[in-house]
Amino acid sequence: MAQKLVALSGNEAVAYAFKQARPHVAAAFPITPQTEMMHKYAEFVANGESTTEMILVESEHSAMSAAVGSAAAGARTFTATSSAGFALMWEVVYIAASLRLPICMALVNRALSGNINIHCDHSDSMGGRDAGWIQLFAENAQEAYDNAIMSWRIAEHMDVRLPTMVNYDGFIISHTADSLHMLSDEDAYKFIGKYKADYALLDVENPITVGPLDLTDYYFEHKASQLAAYPRALEVIKQVSDEYGDLTGRYYDHCEEYLMDDAEMVMVMLGSSAGTAKDVIDEYREKGVKVGLLKIRTFRPFPVAYLAERLAGRKAVCVLDRSASFGGQGGPVFMEVRSAMYGLQVPVHGYIYGLGGRDFDLGQVATVIEDLQKVAAGGEMNTINLLGIRS
Amino acid sequence: MSGKMTEIRWHARGGQGAKTAAMFLAEAVLEKGKFGQGFPEYGPERRGAPMRGYTRIADAPIRRHCMIEHPGIVIVLDPTLMDSAAAGVTAGTGEGTVFIVNTTEKPATVASKLGVKGAVVHTVDATGIALDTIGRPIPNMPMIGALLAVNDMMTVAELKSALVDQLSSKFSQVIIDGNLNAVDRASKELVSA
Repeated sequence: MAQKLVALSGNEAVAYAFKQARPHVAAAFPITPQTEMMHKYAEFVANGESTTEMILVESEHSAMSAAVGSAAAGARTFTATSSAGFALMWEVVYIAASLRLPICMALVNRALSGNINIHCDHSDSMGGRDAGWIQLFAENAQEAYDNAIMSWRIAEHMDVRLPTMVNYDGFIISHTADSLHMLSDEDAYKFIGKYKADYALLDVENPITVGPLDLTDYYFEHKASQLAAYPRALEVIKQVSDEYGDLTGRYYDHCEEYLMDDAEMVMVMLGSSAGTAKDVIDEYREKGVKVGLLKIRTFRPFPVAYLAERLAGRKAVCVLDRSASFGGQGGPVFMEVRSAMYGLQVPVHGYIYGLGGRDFDLGQVATVIEDLQKVAAGGEMNTINLLGIRS
Repeated sequence: MSGKMTEIRWHARGGQGAKTAAMFLAEAVLEKGKFGQGFPEYGPERRGAPMRGYTRIADAPIRRHCMIEHPGIVIVLDPTLMDSAAAGVTAGTGEGTVFIVNTTEKPATVASKLGVKGAVVHTVDATGIALDTIGRPIPNMPMIGALLAVNDMMTVAELKSALVDQLSSKFSQVIIDGNLNAVDRASKELVSA
């Protein structure tokens, strides 16, 4: 498949991916670092390159409400936000998933207040991890673009029908000029396909009810039906990713395994920091240190069996979180991974790093690898450690 | 990381076009079959505030996403930043670091001000050139022209071709010509120690 090599920021790349799905409606409110993405999209519309109806709302709560209304009406719909904008959507984020509306959303990851901080961490997305959305994470602009293309196929699949969130790191990916391969508009649309809303409010021949009162009688059954969708979603994500790989040569799974085959020590993380880790892992590999990386792409649904299988038999595992769960046991990724490893008898410890955009540098990766070597040799680490903090 | 990687750090003030330059250079090398990564370090987003930009250029895809700690090249768009410890113009530099400074002063004078042993210092009056050619004191494009006088990542002609692609959809021919002229002049007027 012929693809164009282009230099774009992550925000621009995702704007292209969403445009290529020919969505009927977009509803969004600007917030740094997402603004540039919708800015680019508005430019497409203004230039006549996209026929998407843009609804410019007065807040993110309204953006998600408009997206829910639009998707329920039967339109292919997307939105985008960051940080406090996502927090303000909160109530309606759950409704989108509960109504099984295949909305796509770019969440350009940014810290939550306070204090006010515009830079990257994953607090915003992690706050929404139990809301019922599919959550995909990207390492760079290429992966953000690819996930955004695939998000439509995953969300709209009849075995899934769940909103899908494409996460990418604020500034680090969103505002960085990076090179990536892009499909032509025709090829991308051919892959994504035409959207068919099977239960649409605007289908007046087949009237339906959306979002009625649902009390002690059937609410639980509706949640049971929703819960059953997530294992299927894991399968669909894999199928769609395989098909996308056949088309583009870029194959994705729920995780990327980097030098994992013979790895005695493994670090688990998600987002842009995985790229930085790979460079340092290469240096340690040259010294004969058997360290590998498991980069999580699908965080929701969480690929429990996949992780357990890959982490079994290792000498030491650590998990890096770019968000904290205040009062909990480490960060959300740590809790999930350690839970998935239950019974494996593999030592696991966690780090919290990069909050509010604190640079995740090469030295921090080296520290992590040195720690892993200590644990692999029988040493002990604190369960949760802060990485890259000023002493 | 396999192969060679060039790491550039830009020091400027908001409004001087360093963000544009850092990102544009990363895009421009794509035509050369190289990989580029360009990003600004955002702080207070306002005109006149000190800011930093970063560009990485490599023969292989660039995976790391961290700040540049030990730049091979430091480009200073506003020489007053050299007087500010907080701006960190010399941070992580040393023997062999190349400095290109927008100033009317001589390289030797700038070198003694920087005080980095073994650094290679070049100067160019990029603001003067920008005023002459573009009519505005925006030294970003001349600084790229100056960079190409001392680095072979691409030729001045290749840069100019990329610049035309970049500017032609947004700007008038007068502005495009001004920028091309600025790049040419800076690449020739760079003063080396």
